[in-house]
Parts: sequence; C-alpha cells; structure tokens
Amino acid sequence: MEAQIKVKRFNPENESESFYQDYSLDVAEDSTILDGLIKIREEIDGTLALRCSCRASICGSCSMKVNGSAKLVCKTRIKEVSPNGELVTVEPMGNFPVIKDLVTDMDLFWSKVKSVDPYVKTNFEPEAEHIASNESMTHLLGVMNCIMCGACVSECTALEVDPTFTGPAALAKAYRFVADPRDEEKKSRLGKLNENSGVWDCTRCLACVEVCPKDVAPMERIVKMRDLAIEEGYTNTSGFRHTESFNDSIKKHGRLDETRLALESTGLLNISGLIDLAVIGIKSLFKGKIPPPLPHKPKEADKVTSIAKRLDSQEKEE
Amino acid sequence: MSKHDLLIIGAGLAGLRAAVEGVRQGLNVAVITKVHPVRSHSNAAQGGINAALTDRGDDWRDHALATIKGSDYLADQDAVEVMCREAGEAIIELENMGVIFSRDDDGKLGTRAFGGQKKARTYFVGAITGSALLHVLYEQSVKYNLHIYEEWFVTKLIKQDGKIAGAIAFDIKTGQMELITAKAVVLATGGAGRVFEPSTNALICTGDGLSLAMQVGAPVMDTEMIQYHPTTLAGNGILLSEAARGDGAYLINSEGDRFMEKYAPDYMELASRDVVSRAEQTEIDEGRGVDGCVYLDLRHLGKKFIEERLGYLQEVALEFRGIDLSESPIPIKPGMHYIMGGIKTDLDGATNIPGLYAAGECANVSVHGANRLGANSLLDTIVFGRRAAVNSVDYIKSSNSVDIDERELSKEKSRIQNILDRPKGMRSAELRNKMGSTMTKGIGVWRDKNSISEAITKMKDLRGQLPNVSIENKGKVFNTDLVSYLELEFMVDVAESICQGADMRLESRGAHFRTDMKTRNDSDWLKHTLVQFEGEELNTTTSDVTITDWQPTERVY
Repeated sequence: MEAQIKVKRFNPENESESFYQDYSLDVAEDSTILDGLIKIREEIDGTLALRCSCRASICGSCSMKVNGSAKLVCKTRIKEVSPNGELVTVEPMGNFPVIKDLVTDMDLFWSKVKSVDPYVKTNFEPEAEHIASNESMTHLLGVMNCIMCGACVSECTALEVDPTFTGPAALAKAYRFVADPRDEEKKSRLGKLNENSGVWDCTRCLACVEVCPKDVAPMERIVKMRDLAIEEGYTNTSGFRHTESFNDSIKKHGRLDETRLALESTGLLNISGLIDLAVIGIKSLFKGKIPPPLPHKPKEADKVTSIAKRLDSQEKEE
Repeated sequence: MSKHDLLIIGAGLAGLRAAVEGVRQGLNVAVITKVHPVRSHSNAAQGGINAALTDRGDDWRDHALATIKGSDYLADQDAVEVMCREAGEAIIELENMGVIFSRDDDGKLGTRAFGGQKKARTYFVGAITGSALLHVLYEQSVKYNLHIYEEWFVTKLIKQDGKIAGAIAFDIKTGQMELITAKAVVLATGGAGRVFEPSTNALICTGDGLSLAMQVGAPVMDTEMIQYHPTTLAGNGILLSEAARGDGAYLINSEGDRFMEKYAPDYMELASRDVVSRAEQTEIDEGRGVDGCVYLDLRHLGKKFIEERLGYLQEVALEFRGIDLSESPIPIKPGMHYIMGGIKTDLDGATNIPGLYAAGECANVSVHGANRLGANSLLDTIVFGRRAAVNSVDYIKSSNSVDIDERELSKEKSRIQNILDRPKGMRSAELRNKMGSTMTKGIGVWRDKNSISEAITKMKDLRGQLPNVSIENKGKVFNTDLVSYLELEFMVDVAESICQGADMRLESRGAHFRTDMKTRNDSDWLKHTLVQFEGEELNTTTSDVTITDWQPTERVY
C-alpha cells in the first residue's frame, strides 16, 4: 500500500531552522511507522536520522510524535493512524532539545532519573534473597515495565511550563523504590520527592498515562507518592495545604472557595508567597479572572457536602 | 586522549556486570556503547535466568548435565561447571541489587520450567526478565557513578607490541573521533543476528565485537552454531518467549495435533530448541503447517495467568498480530535468534591477545556448545561478565599504560573520510539484505554441502562489493548512514566465519544439522571449529572439546 509520511527535519550543520519533508513510499499492509521510516532512510533518503533498535517495543529508542502525540513508532502500525492513506506526520518528541531530525537530546532526562537515586538502598545484605510477597513484586512489575522511552515527558504539560519539574518518567522510577519493600530509605526518599519540582508539581492532566506505551501510568504513581508522603508526616507543603483546603471547602460549603484555596495553599504565614500571590491576583483581576468576592450558595449544596462526608468516612474505613 | 585501566565495549548485561565489578575492584573503568545502556539487546531476553539453588534441593550438577546435553556435548565441561556452580550466587546477588524476581507463596524466589530441563530452575520477572535485569544493572552503574561513553561507536581495536592498548571510536552525536587507551579491553558487544534476515535480534546486533577481535588476530569458535528459536513471528521475526511453553503452552500443527509427541515424547514442547525447531520445520515441510507456520497455543492457560506471567507476550501478540493469546493460537515459525559461537576465551574471559577479554553472546567460553538452553544466556552474561573483570585486575596491575602512536588516529580518520568521499554507488542496506537472505538460505535450520558452498561464494562476492557502497549522508552529527556501513563491514567478517565453520564441520550436531550428514560423529568431530584471520585470509583449524565428568551419549528428549 502507499504511505504518505511527513517528517520534521532539522540538521544543525546545514540550517538553523527545522522544516517538513514529505515522503511517499510503498509499504506492506501491516507495516509499522518504524518500518516506513527505515525504508525512507535505507532507500529514499540516507540523511534521515532516527533512533531505533529492537522493533519490539522493549528498548525504548523510537519514541516520537505521531500526528502530534508521542508513540513508539515500532508498535504503531501505519494503518492504525492512517486507515485511508492519510498523511502521517512524524516529529521528534516534545520537551526535548533536538539533535538532528527525529533524534532528541536526552541528557536532562537521564540526569533527572539519576536525581531520584535510582537504586535499591538497603543497610545490610542478606545471605540469601530478601523475603517479599509475590504481590509486592507483581505490583512493582507495573513500573518495572517502564522502558525509559520518554513519551510521558514529551507530553507532560507541567514540564512544558517548568523545565525543572522532575517529570513523570523519573517520578515513576522513584515510585519503584518507594514501593519496594526491600528499600530502607522510603521516608527520606519521600521527603526529597516532596520538595519543589517533585510530586506536587504534577498538574494531573493525565497526558502521561494516556501516551505511555507500557501502561506504567506515571501520574497514578505520583499521586500515590503524595499520599505516602502525607502518611509519613510531610505536611508542610502547598500541595498538602491545597488538598486540605479543597476538602474542607467542599465538606463545609458544598462548593470550592477559590480565593481561600489560593490563600491557604500558599500558607497564611508565608509572607513572600502571599506577596507573589497578590501580584497574580491583581493581574487576574484585570483579566477578569477573579471569582466574585461574595460566595454564591449553590443549589443543593447540602447534597454535595453529604457526598463529600460520605466519601471521607468511606476512605477512613478503608 | 582518554586513559583508563579497563575499557568495556558494550553496555548490555555482560558489559555492565563487568563494569560494576571493575569499579568494585578499584579500577579506572570506562564503558563505551553505541546506544544508551538501557537500549541494549539484553532487554529482549524474556523468560528468565537459570540457577540450581541448593536450598531448594537443586544440584548444580543437574543443571550442568542439562546444559551439556543441550549443547549436544560440544560445550567445554569445565566452563559449564563454572557457570552452573556460580549461578546461585549470581541470582542472589541480582536479587540483592534490586531485581524484582517473582516469588513463591513463602516469599522466596519462584521458578518456572524451561526447555531441555526436567526441573523448574528458571528465575524470572514476568516476561521481561532481561529488561528487568538490564535496568537494575543500569541502576547499579548510576550508584557506582560509572564513566560511560554513551552513543560512541568503536571502529577499531589498537594492538601495540602484541598487546591490547585501547580503541578508536567516534561520538555518534558529534562525529568527533578519539583514541581511548586502556590496559585491558572487555568485548561485550552481544550477538550478530542481523547477519541473517529475518532475525529476532535488534537492529544493533551486528557482531561488532567478533569482527573487532578477528581484526586483531583473535579466533572465533563454533560460529556455525546458530540457534533458530522455535517461536518467532513470521515476517519480522519478533520473538515470543519460551516462557510460554515453560508455563504450559502447546505447539500444534494445521491438524490440531501436538506434534512434539512424535519428536520428543518425554520432553514434548520443552525439548531443547534445536530439536523443537527441526520438528516444526519438518511439520511445515511435510505440509502440516499454514503459510509456513505452525501454532503456539496458550488458550488453556487462561487470560489472567497469561496477563500476569506472560504479559509482554500478550502485548506483542496484540500489537503486532492483533491476536489475543487467550482466545486464539498464534502462528509461529523457527527464526534466527542466537549465536552460540563467538570469540574464543578461557574460563576467565581471556582471549589469545594479552589484555583482550570477551564475555556474553559475543564470546564463546564455551558453555552453550552446539545449542544453548533457554535462560542460560542471561546467566552466561552475569557469570562471565564478572569473571572477565575480576581476572583482568592482575593483568592490569602488572602492565604499564602504553602511549598509542597518535598516527593510528589520523590513519583511522582518513580511512573513514575515504569511505565518506566515495563516489555515488550502492546503498549499504542493499548489500546487507543480500547478505541476510544468503545466510538464511545457506545456513538455515537445514544445511548441506551445496547450500554452504553457495553461501561461501556469495559472501566472497559481497565482500568484494563493499568498496562500491557509498554514504549518502556526509554530515558529522548522528550519521547513521555511516554507522550502518561500518556495521556492515563487521557483519561481513562474521558471516564469512559462520560459513567457514559450517563448511568445516562434517557432521550434524545441535543446531548444525546437515541433511547430507545427518548424524553426530564423536570420533572425528568432538571438536571446536576455529576461524581466524591470517593477513586477509580466513584460516580454519579445530581444537578438542574439554570433557570432565559427562561422557557423550545419545541425545534423546
């Protein structure tokens, strides 16, 4: 069948701007996008650069944007994204600097992985294996499936605005140790992850969960680490205060008091934080983004509060 | 010029295990790898890693016998003893490093059955054992702050005064070429599957280490021993792990019969791989296949079991064939998977060149002989990767660092420049595809005098065409066109050595099945084949197999 592939090209040696190049090629019915790109490289244009190796979705080399969203091109069939021969657009991953064409610079990605101390820490070496339940190991299999392809980082909306955010891949990796019953540094790990750029900086947009080709669900791991951090007593964070204020507001008034939420999340004793907030507040006021000063009472607010209370008591029972 | 005590080429399991050991031994270690370590092909090992743990009532001797029988008595038995004795310690060490091995009800390590063995002694992480081990060894490399030349491509080893002195390599990201001196080098570059087409191997498995070693005068041994894995997808050759059969899957033909009953009544689907692959090929050749395939049937195992223990297989089946393994059998066929042969080393990973060591798939100690058992390859990498590093210590401490003649670098730079400057000609992929089909046809599941001779002639011709290949990409940054060509040069050396080994061995043994000489011939061929460059020519010789406690007997499964 005929495939039309549009590739975003960039060669730092020749041009300073990227550009798009269209290729049309004949491929087998069940061809993957990677098959197509390799065919381009081998038969049409030897200058095209991309990373690929295993062809079987286990090495993590070939994550790229396909029609705007990150995928492993080795496990994405052309037919799947282009059932009627539509143009397929392939671009390098987002949130990564580009080295050449579809090849991105992953140095920062790896240094973030390294920043979470990605190895099991134990204070003693047993004579045989550690005793651990099969459930605990099978549970970790979910994160161990991560092949470090970078797809989640490519689509992370928090990283887009704050490049210092540790990011979904490194945080999922961190969870692998936090949840490992053999690791003896759970508390100190959570303490570190609880700091700025850590677990509270995720905006919970779900993009990482959606694009992950191995169902690692990084965001769910991040949220779980928030709970674990709170359980360990790490409560002096805007993230924790935000959670509390949110809960409180819904339970008491059946509505979200956004002004209070902002103030309480920042912390009423956090002077510099409050000044920053005031600046944002004034800007928002001029843009018409400030909620009305007098809270309205929603209809049937008592029903909302009773649902909230019931959820709360159910959680406590669990 | 960078200087190290120990330079390890390759960052898969053998390379990383060697590197970690080198650091623990206090050496200045560097690893050089053409892909990021976690992209290495050790990832692809799915099923598990073998070990006889004594506290489970297992005995390393039983593991050794299974390995030796599996090897069709070509393995050196002293090497097998080393591997099987050290296996238990290796598994426990990996667990302590953080591998999330599956557990039994008592919380201790759990096992699954694997081919060629009656006892279940395969330790595993779902169906991603290789990947789980590789990522944990990468974690260790972070812990030990290992120096890694990431995405660097080695073009040449340097030998000075008869000893290894280092390597020349370029940074793929910038094209910058450098001399890296080292007192000792461990080759851990993995397999050479891309010599064949199709193959289960990753695109990076181009036999670089075998060729680099051959170029400095080291012999390769038993390279004709090519493993065809019984369960690969038709077309692209992607692997479906033996773990499926280990966990109870059936092989059935077009008539729905479990045909292994005819070929291996005792072991059935879990006979050794060469036996199962030949059985499948016989069924297909005799008309009981469908489109050149037979079926792997997991339906009776149930969806939950499949997803928990064989999740990656389900993913591959769904993504690449649209088949839910709990609902339908999946068509599979024998496919090129592993090279038992490799750079000849002693029990400590040392080659005949002082300072040059090899470990893992690129090496041949030999523990796999004429056929490797499933789940022995991961073990091989861990045990012999460590041993190579340990045993390099004394050598490194007793040798002085050599200053490599800088002219070596300028010579290599101009060799590469000349390749880039060639006038427009053939693309390297065209030649590589010809090589792949030549090798698959000539050195297949079945082979004979004619098929081997034809492959030899064609490979000679292909070598002659190498200078006609041109590089379309002239740039320095991430020039994969150049890398592919240099890999092709490596592969041609490996392909020729495979053909020579196959031509030399006048018998059928393990994976080397000659339809013109169908039986094993212990009186003449209880021998290793050796292929070595003498100048431009490949010379062939043989050496004796080491037998310790296990005399060769008839091999029945």
